[in-house]
Amino acid sequence: MGGLDDLYQQLILDHYRNRRGRGRIEGASASVHEHNPVCGDECYLDILVVDGRIADIKADGDGCSISQAAASMLTEVAQGKELDDALELVEHFRLMMHGEAEPDEDLLGDAVALEGVAKYPVRVKCALLSWLALRDCIADYRETVATGG
Amino acid sequence: MGSSAQHTLDAQALRAEFPILASPRPGGGEVHYLDSAATSQKPQRVLDAMDAYYRETNANVHRGVYEMAAEATERFEAGRDAVARLVNHPREATVFTKNATEAINLVAWAWGIRELREGDEVLVTLMEHHSNTVPWQIVAGITGATVRFCPVTPGGELDMDAMHEMIGPRTRMVAVVHVSNTLGTINPVEEIVAMAHEAGALTMVDATQSVPHMPVDAAAIGSDFLAFTGHKMCGPTGIGVLAAAPGRLEAMEPFLGGGEMISDVTTEGSSWNDIPWKFEAGTPPIAEAVGLGEAVTFLEGIGMDTIRAHEKTTARQMLDALDEVPGLTVFGPRDVERRGASVSFSLDGVHPHDIGQFLDSKGVCVRAGHHCTKPLMRHLGVQSTARASAYLYTTTDDILALRDALIECREWFGAA
Repeated sequence: MGGLDDLYQQLILDHYRNRRGRGRIEGASASVHEHNPVCGDECYLDILVVDGRIADIKADGDGCSISQAAASMLTEVAQGKELDDALELVEHFRLMMHGEAEPDEDLLGDAVALEGVAKYPVRVKCALLSWLALRDCIADYRETVATGG
Repeated sequence: MGSSAQHTLDAQALRAEFPILASPRPGGGEVHYLDSAATSQKPQRVLDAMDAYYRETNANVHRGVYEMAAEATERFEAGRDAVARLVNHPREATVFTKNATEAINLVAWAWGIRELREGDEVLVTLMEHHSNTVPWQIVAGITGATVRFCPVTPGGELDMDAMHEMIGPRTRMVAVVHVSNTLGTINPVEEIVAMAHEAGALTMVDATQSVPHMPVDAAAIGSDFLAFTGHKMCGPTGIGVLAAAPGRLEAMEPFLGGGEMISDVTTEGSSWNDIPWKFEAGTPPIAEAVGLGEAVTFLEGIGMDTIRAHEKTTARQMLDALDEVPGLTVFGPRDVERRGASVSFSLDGVHPHDIGQFLDSKGVCVRAGHHCTKPLMRHLGVQSTARASAYLYTTTDDILALRDALIECREWFGAA
């Protein structure tokens, strides 16, 4: 069962069973709701931006162990990041999921454990759901700020 | 082999005829294929028939005067004879499409666009596959008609009292699934068709999950339209069937235009070919019709009654086996007389995607997701389920492998 252990590393199962950063933020700077059309999984992502940094980030919704662990890891590693750095982080994660970048453990934190998911194309979407939600969330936030909304 | 219901089927022996099931999976061990509601495996004789067609007599149908073209046409039309015979339907009213989805779209577009008006209602059910919901929603959006949904009882059956109430003078079409791909429920389509006809409505029966698994008599059901697909009944992908009341097809304008479907074309306009070809624009799926015809002959050789009897036994075994898994909930009827062998379930604390992935590592193939029935998923209060579905080659071993893998899965994810 080597393949399965590769996919479901202990760190992933730990994040799945003990979700970090779960919930919603009241008075969030930006919020997005994403879903995975393959399985119907949903993800709500809220960020609170203070002085150009992610002062708080929370993810909510239901999904498989991969999507839930990925969301949990994201909230840990994105916390406190400047918006551009957060976008760079998301892009690095996205490239790793598509097998196009060697994982940078310093950058990714626990999320480096998701590297094995790249070998399972169907599950890549699960891992990316919350991470791409953060990218959209930052874009929404910047648009709102730019339009003075 | 006869077709008496007493005749039992030797699933283990049948597996030898299916190359995928007869060979070990990569890394060793048997494949426990429990996703036949998504697509069935193909017996060697179907692959051979298609291969022989391409090798021996590949030519376009209905036009060439040379012998190979005549032979190709004969084999293609023999495929039509076979499916028409299987469901007891006139061959001229048996139209080949790409799949069941296209068969339903054909009716939605060729009939619905022209006939539906604002205020008209199309009645579907909460357990329809998206293929029998979305085409009606699209056509309703264009015509101003309304799509209504007949509810499902907590036991996973159609609420027939509600159905009775919802069919009324505004109802123009009642579109209902014969056997639910998600719940396995067998719906009383004869009764629903009679109710609809009494109210002056037409009927579309989605027989995708019934025709492969049990005797289906289109004449006895009496619907205006009945749709099914080849790849779930041991045939190839790329071919489906619309069995329509002949008068309906005569009265309808074409769906797709092009070659084959015309009688004459002038710069002023065109006239249409006879049915069924009026609805078969362009070069049809020829090799696929040959393969499907062979699949029908294969199924008839075993007997649809015999297949149904095997699947009742298999469904009972599957329900009993799933009962042995702690924390497991089955959706859909328990009575095997009222259900097929497609069983949806959830496992406490383990997401269906994770179930599917874990089971795969044990060689057990099940589906995880919404099964193209999102309105039903919302009704059940879940985002997705896992589904195990059987066919004529499903053995007790497959069922036990499913049970054991599920028990282990729950422990592995720490949900036990």
